[in-house]
Amino acid sequence: MSGVRRLLADRMVLGLLALAALLFGMPALKPLFAAAFPALDRPLYEADGFLALTLDHLALVGASTLAAVLLGGAAGIAVTRPFGAEFRGILAAVAAMGQTFPPVAVLAVLVPVLGFGPAPALIALTLYGLLPIVENTVAGLDSVPEPVREAARGLGMGPGGMLWRVELPLAAPVILAGVRTAAIVNLGTAAIASTVGAKTLGLPIIVGLNGSNPAYVIQGAVIVAALAVVLDAGFDRLAALFSRWRPGAA
Amino acid sequence: MIAFDGVTKRFGAWTAVDEVSFTVQAGEFRVLIGPSGSGKSTLLKMVNRLIAPDVGTVRVEGEDIARLKPEALRRRMGYVIQDVGLFPHWTVERNIATVPDLLGWPKARVRDRVTELLTLLSLDAERYRGAYPHQLSGGQRQRVGVARALAAEPRILLMDEPFSALDPITRGALQAEMAAIHKAMGTTVVFVTHDMDEALALASRIAVLDRGRLVQTGTPLDILTRPAGATVRDLVGREDWGLKRLAVETVAERLRAGEAAPLGESLGDSLGEPVPAGASLRRALAEMVARGADRLPVVDGQGRPAGVIHLADLLRTPDRA
Repeated sequence: MSGVRRLLADRMVLGLLALAALLFGMPALKPLFAAAFPALDRPLYEADGFLALTLDHLALVGASTLAAVLLGGAAGIAVTRPFGAEFRGILAAVAAMGQTFPPVAVLAVLVPVLGFGPAPALIALTLYGLLPIVENTVAGLDSVPEPVREAARGLGMGPGGMLWRVELPLAAPVILAGVRTAAIVNLGTAAIASTVGAKTLGLPIIVGLNGSNPAYVIQGAVIVAALAVVLDAGFDRLAALFSRWRPGAA
Repeated sequence: MIAFDGVTKRFGAWTAVDEVSFTVQAGEFRVLIGPSGSGKSTLLKMVNRLIAPDVGTVRVEGEDIARLKPEALRRRMGYVIQDVGLFPHWTVERNIATVPDLLGWPKARVRDRVTELLTLLSLDAERYRGAYPHQLSGGQRQRVGVARALAAEPRILLMDEPFSALDPITRGALQAEMAAIHKAMGTTVVFVTHDMDEALALASRIAVLDRGRLVQTGTPLDILTRPAGATVRDLVGREDWGLKRLAVETVAERLRAGEAAPLGESLGDSLGEPVPAGASLRRALAEMVARGADRLPVVDGQGRPAGVIHLADLLRTPDRA
């Protein structure tokens, strides 16, 4: 067990090191890109700092995932309560639609209404992240064993106390897995927000694609990849924290 | 203490409980027994309002519980279920502290109470208070379940087939502990089971239910010797009725007080160990069969010789109705 843990820790550390190296050391790689792509006049994306792009990218992913957690979590809780049970099917359908609707299409619809910038991207990504969070909130709350609910009621917990003290903590590992899926998917998808004028790591990628500059595309993509590794490793640690009470936990 | 008055509960077309009226006195160990679907669990859950009756009233300590807040009512009663239902994400200590925490007891008092209860239920407090439920055996889990139910010193303890899922040895141990706890604390217990041996061993009074109706109430001896109808006769057993009959009476009630224990020359060494006067006649019979003896020396609670019990004493008066 401790061996596995050390490995996870390493993944986190390695990812962070790679990320830091890319963010601060990208200019140093300029000769490398120049050698790899001799035909390019500008082998390094220099219009914006990579650190600034990364922070904007993370802000967009964080805000959209948080919004999806609040909306999806609240909806998932509501349909597992007696008063919301009949909306359960509708919610599942709406969340599934949110995911099947391509974010690019959502952007296309929203830009005429909201204009260019991060706002339409935030909405598109929130919708995109809703499905795994709703599904896992419902599945997690459903997985709370009936005897545990009966004991909680029988000992005198009210509906709110039971949700907060028993149901949500027990559902937390499953809900967290949904949040993780949403966050990782949005981390990749957020790049397209740069098509509507939001500053993200998608900017070098899109500029590179438009200008036939593969070096820009690579520079944007490797940072997104390093971010994904760090985020995933972070969720692993969080999951271990929420699952301490489970059989097999250290 | 607990009074059911004309209580009826229907689930769709099914009548789970059908106009049941009876009273559980303070300090009683009341066992509700009956076959599956007899309504015994439904009746129990009406006491803490997990189920509300369609018709009739349930009174606890004189109050109509339909007028009380369900959460407040439940915190006054212990509740133990067959599947235990420990909170898997909480330690043993926090599980036991559930109701005291809800009631806002000070931390030090809660901690002392947890130690006291773990000791009462034969669990090493320092070893188990920090354990998670998945680290315990089935018997230990139900011990914690009972401790959790007793935590806030309830005057009423509701138990829904609490020991049915345990192996026979663990079940026997927990039954003995439950009997001792009841004796020591005087808690009013309402206990649901489908096992007549368990009912006879624990109950001060039994209520027999069948298809939602109350068919008989009485002491274990009443139920055995004057069964009201075929259902009760089935429950008390047709083949091993005699053994159940012996189980509800103690050696003390039939022993020949003052008779000196034979010193074993003709009976050999097998006479040996005396039985306690508080043991059941069933145990005395088992000892006789095991030793091949037709009499046993008896000692009282302090271990002093109290007399002798003969096989013939066990056979006296077949009082079957």
